[in-house]
Amino acid sequence: MPITRTDVEKIAELARLELTPDETNLFTAQLSSIIEHVEKLNEIDTEQIKPMSHCSPAEDDAEYTKRDDTVQPSLGQKLAVENAPDSEAGYFKVPRVIGG
Amino acid sequence: MDLKTITIDSLRKRLSEREVKAVDICQTALDRIESLAELNAFITVTPQSALARAEEIDRGVVRSEQLPPLAGVIIAVKDNMVIRDVRTTAGSRILYNYKPPYTATAIRRLEDAGALIIGKTNCFDFDMGSSTENSAYGPVKNPWDLSRVPGGSSGGSAVAVATGMVMVALGSDTGGSIRQPASLSGVVGLKPTYGRVSRYGLIAFGSSLDQIGPLTNCVEDSARILAIISGRDPQDSTSSNCPVDDYVSSINEDIKGLRVGVPREYYGEGLDAEVKTAIEDALRKLESSGAEVIDIKLPHTEYAVPVYYLIATAEASSNLARYDGVRYGFRAEEAASLKSMYSRTRDQGFGDEVKRRIMLGTYALSAGYYDQYYGKAQRVRSLIERDFKNAFEQCDVIATPTSPTPAFRLNEKTSDPLEMYLSDIYTITANLAGIPGISLPCGLTSGGLPVGIQLLGKHFNEALLLRTANNLERELGFNSRPPLS
Repeated sequence: MPITRTDVEKIAELARLELTPDETNLFTAQLSSIIEHVEKLNEIDTEQIKPMSHCSPAEDDAEYTKRDDTVQPSLGQKLAVENAPDSEAGYFKVPRVIGG
Repeated sequence: MDLKTITIDSLRKRLSEREVKAVDICQTALDRIESLAELNAFITVTPQSALARAEEIDRGVVRSEQLPPLAGVIIAVKDNMVIRDVRTTAGSRILYNYKPPYTATAIRRLEDAGALIIGKTNCFDFDMGSSTENSAYGPVKNPWDLSRVPGGSSGGSAVAVATGMVMVALGSDTGGSIRQPASLSGVVGLKPTYGRVSRYGLIAFGSSLDQIGPLTNCVEDSARILAIISGRDPQDSTSSNCPVDDYVSSINEDIKGLRVGVPREYYGEGLDAEVKTAIEDALRKLESSGAEVIDIKLPHTEYAVPVYYLIATAEASSNLARYDGVRYGFRAEEAASLKSMYSRTRDQGFGDEVKRRIMLGTYALSAGYYDQYYGKAQRVRSLIERDFKNAFEQCDVIATPTSPTPAFRLNEKTSDPLEMYLSDIYTITANLAGIPGISLPCGLTSGGLPVGIQLLGKHFNEALLLRTANNLERELGFNSRPPLS
């Protein structure tokens, strides 16, 4: 199924990407050809096959995923905002969210 | 002092016998990095901290202290691993000014073992692509031919090792990003088993695929580095507590009777004739070392590229959601609302390939398409893993080309993303199955470009993989150097 310009605009909205009109055109063509290529997977019957979400032997083992619930030192407010493009009084500062 | 030929072991001996000083080696590396600046291998160099640590090593020698295992080893790390207070960009504009508040576990372990971290190497925008052309910090050039790419995404790391700027580099491998540049740049590159090395402090791209590993000038050095960086880390719940083998002591054992599987699916259409010849020569060398070369089947190989590009982009679109201009990195100016600040920041901060992959991944995960694309890819991934399980019932190690072609020209493949994706065909399967893989140089083409052979092993059997590679390396006797150095 070919991808339309409208599809690309919708995906860009979901991905929070404000694409330029040129980018929208380019991605419409390129994503269509990539999707066409991945349709190849439909040749295989996977009805009886389990999906594989990871290849970590660790995640199936409770030994790995459980730990004692003890308080550990954390980053702290000063370090946490140090890289922020804008901050005030130890908080992240962003453009108006409501009523803007 | 030639950093291209000195090994970790010989350096340690020469330091303890006071034949060389760590500060002199460090200065040699810094001079070389400066004189080869045109290759664009580094994004950030950290001379002060490296020299300060070198002085510490030298003081230890004077006091006749026992030297740590990696004393004075000059190491560069790919710029997608964090070091506290050292700018880390992931090759992207969106992190142009990010100074991490912590250090990656693999790097911390190297430092604790006496290594000197000398800087951060160029990679492309969030690890995406196969040529290191997509870096916001300019393309890395291949020292064997400056008009060609060094492979990627750990291209800067591969070039730094190939030209003797450093002895060792760390890279990360999501779909071949250590092995492919190692192959195209003529060095050794090892992707360990998923879970072997902690990913704490590695900037995430595809979380079920990413793994940190070394690039070195010889197999033995890769074994020494792996021994240090491996092992369980409470900060990464996917890191394994499977025992870390003594990789170094076993590499000199022979490989008589070893069964090497050759998947015919990896030797078909698209494989360059000269690459094929070099690989076949290397297979004969394995036979003359006592190994038995047998045909095996990996029947789902042709589906690996579509599976990889659906899974890797889905995971990337999710991982890269965090770059929103709020907590760190670049923020677009003049946005009236929060939502428009997010969207403009991400459009201006990410490169084209990153945006393309975020778009594909978002599509594959979106309502109505999840089962059709992402779910389907996960099911076929199971079949690819099963292929390897079946193959390893007949053989101990699998041998394939690392890349279907030698290094390609700058800009040759950037216009058609699909063509670039297909160049990863031999390396992505190891990431999908989670198994370890190593690439080592096995010859040069008539045009003087290096060719790499890839060996794949069973989960957590890096010891056998390194032993096989070491035997093959000795038989091949590859000692060509890029003409530039």
